[in-house]
Amino acid sequence: MKTLLLAAGLTAMTTLAHAQDKPVLTVYTYDSFVTDWGPGPAIEKAFETTCDCDLQLVAAGDGASLLSRIQLEGARSDADIVLGLDTNLTARAKATGLFATLSTSPNGLDVPVEWNDDTFAPYDWGYFAFIYDNTKLEKVPGSFQELINSHKNLKIIIQDPRSSTPGLGLLMWVKTAYPNTADQIWKALAPRILTVTKGWSEAYGMFLEGEADMVLSYTTSPAYHIIAEEDATKSAASFSEGHYLQIEVAGKLKSADQPELADKFLDFMTSNEFQSIIPTTNWMYPAKFPQEGLPKGFETLITPVDSLIASAKDAEEIRDIALSEWLTALSQ
Amino acid sequence: MTQYQKPTTLFEVLMGGTVLAFLLLLTVGTVIAVGTATSFQQGLNPSDWAAIRFTILQALTSAALSIMIAIPTARALARQQFRGRQIMISLLGAPFILPAIVAVLGIIAVWGRSGLISDGLKALGTEPLNIYGFTGIILAHIFFNLPLATRLILQGWLAIPSEHFRLAAQLGFSTSEINRRLERPMLLSIIPGAFLLIFLLCITSFAVALALGGGPRATTVELAIYQAIRFDFDLSKAATLAIIQFGICTLIALVALKIARPMDFTISLDQPAKRWDGHERRTRTFDKVLLLLVAFFLFAPLISILLKGLQPLLSLPTQVWPALWKSVSIAIPAALITTTSATALAALIASLSKHTATAVESVGFLTLAASPFVIGTGLFILLNPYFNPFALALPLTIAVNVIMSLPFALRIILPAITRNQNDYGRLGASLGMTGITFFRLAIWPRIKRALGFATGLSAALSMGDLGVVTLFAPPDFATLPLTMYRLMAAYQMDAAAGTALLLVATSLALFWIFDRGGRSDHFI
Repeated sequence: MKTLLLAAGLTAMTTLAHAQDKPVLTVYTYDSFVTDWGPGPAIEKAFETTCDCDLQLVAAGDGASLLSRIQLEGARSDADIVLGLDTNLTARAKATGLFATLSTSPNGLDVPVEWNDDTFAPYDWGYFAFIYDNTKLEKVPGSFQELINSHKNLKIIIQDPRSSTPGLGLLMWVKTAYPNTADQIWKALAPRILTVTKGWSEAYGMFLEGEADMVLSYTTSPAYHIIAEEDATKSAASFSEGHYLQIEVAGKLKSADQPELADKFLDFMTSNEFQSIIPTTNWMYPAKFPQEGLPKGFETLITPVDSLIASAKDAEEIRDIALSEWLTALSQ
Repeated sequence: MTQYQKPTTLFEVLMGGTVLAFLLLLTVGTVIAVGTATSFQQGLNPSDWAAIRFTILQALTSAALSIMIAIPTARALARQQFRGRQIMISLLGAPFILPAIVAVLGIIAVWGRSGLISDGLKALGTEPLNIYGFTGIILAHIFFNLPLATRLILQGWLAIPSEHFRLAAQLGFSTSEINRRLERPMLLSIIPGAFLLIFLLCITSFAVALALGGGPRATTVELAIYQAIRFDFDLSKAATLAIIQFGICTLIALVALKIARPMDFTISLDQPAKRWDGHERRTRTFDKVLLLLVAFFLFAPLISILLKGLQPLLSLPTQVWPALWKSVSIAIPAALITTTSATALAALIASLSKHTATAVESVGFLTLAASPFVIGTGLFILLNPYFNPFALALPLTIAVNVIMSLPFALRIILPAITRNQNDYGRLGASLGMTGITFFRLAIWPRIKRALGFATGLSAALSMGDLGVVTLFAPPDFATLPLTMYRLMAAYQMDAAAGTALLLVATSLALFWIFDRGGRSDHFI
């Protein structure tokens, strides 16, 4: 016990000593953003050359747990910025009263819907979609209805909305496409669902193993296989009901130690430099398309006819109802 | 033979007491911290009760089936000699330490719709298997826990003095008589604890239960806690659920420990167990077929993990190596502290009267029923106001790994210490042997096998742990399992498979080194 405390004390001191040199901007974000395969390292390098500061990207959980973390820390938080919430969570995030309004609102965005949030700025977006192997699946369903009526052996894997961002996205997708009959849609979909996983990785991994014909992911997922693996066998199924849109955002905390630096980062977020890193690291559409255009391979992706999205306020209101409908339909 | 009751020494009280206090702080303390952090309370809804019922049902089924298969498996391993027996016993540690996601992928490679067995069935023109649902959960839990149960029960078999088997052979005992006279009393002492351990392990299952359970019907209390903390940010509800989990744990622990009977064999000369029974043709065939089936069941998924990871293992991303070092530097101290703490606690328990001992022992199991999310969040609430959480990442990860592997270490070490106390305590006392001398001469040689096994298991467990304290992890704090998950999240499934193999291999190597060390001059 004693050595533990001693060790803890020593580490605490070295960390403090280290932090004195340059102003530190602390950004809480999700795990896959900060890893060497995500956008984090390149973005850190790019921003640090312009700001004479130390940008600390901290993996603090994804989606809802990122918000829980901020709620746990409250005004005491070391974070200046939270990056990685989406529009399904922004209303709740605002309600905590921990976020400051934006000093400048982003303009010239390429987000498929009009953006007028005064607290959060978007940095990328994508459509949820079911991914399939185009060498194996012959009759690709073109809507939830077709999915329901497809062959009884056609199976999909989805994620649990209680533990996964795409899972919650699908919940909202069905609810916005079928506001009044979502519960019946889920009931009818139940036989198609092979299983529900805790997170995206389990589901996608099981799909790649050939366990199911389709998996819930993003329309941009095939871009990874095309660009990074030169594998054109993965495609996204286009659904005629439209596809639900996920817009990922960042916001500044009221308790930020470095408010000016935070504003600077949020401006930098929609710069060409930041935005051109996003497509092939986060595998999403950048909020503002880079001047040189999207990387080759993105042009092969499907473009949904309709973008479905619940407003931040609606998302907060329908979330619990949609969840209980989902639970009831799939628990029978 | 009546039990020898040794007086409790101050040293035992101090050492064991410290461990006990530490356990209570991290389990009950964190629940209180979480429960009192916020005021609003939704209360439990019908789906929470459904989750509680489901959790108990699947855990009881998983534990019962694991034990039922483990008994004949351990018996076969104890009474048959064959080539590869040693390797099989060593590899029994492997499934248990697999990270959830790796185990799921391994299991579906065999049992899945596109797995080995389904491919065979499809070739024969029949429908592929569909294990998703209750079957899938039970299958996965048996895969995880059967090896542990087998090892625990095997320890019991090997603890029966070889003189007894010799005598049984001289008296011409049949297999069933040996069973009644020797094996059943031993089983009665080992099985309740083993059952309890597996039951508790299955209680906190979440990712595996969900993925193979086929949907939200397979919601466990752990998922409900996760949801309360993460999705609803209803901390008081999370605390309520955590208390219910403790309640279930305590109830089952008390029942199990009440049923358990101490082994009452006479003192032996510690000779290697040689068996004269089990040579009838029917018995031999039965044992061999059983062992083949178990080996297929346990090792086929492992082989698929091996095959998938082998190629990527040669070209792993460079980030993997510092992560490997980080994990090893957590696992080894964690394992050593665990074994020391478990020995201290076991010594205290062995010196207490039956009732107090049962109560203290139950606390030793409590951490298994503790939700990692509640421990992590509770620690965060307790420490964040005073410390920079990132500075504490390493000591906290070690500390949490210690309390998470303590119940296993205790389960392994306690029977060895109690038995030793019963066998040699009186003799030691009459010779005036105390303290270090008694420990060195009488205790150490007889518990070191258990200590080795416990240390190896704790090291392996700590290697595979994803880190309850992800809340505390600073940007550059990447353990091997965490790196594997990050690779997966970045679509790099092949590199992740290679990392998984590296993780399993390192865990097994650590397990083997300690376990082997403990058996250095024994013939297990």
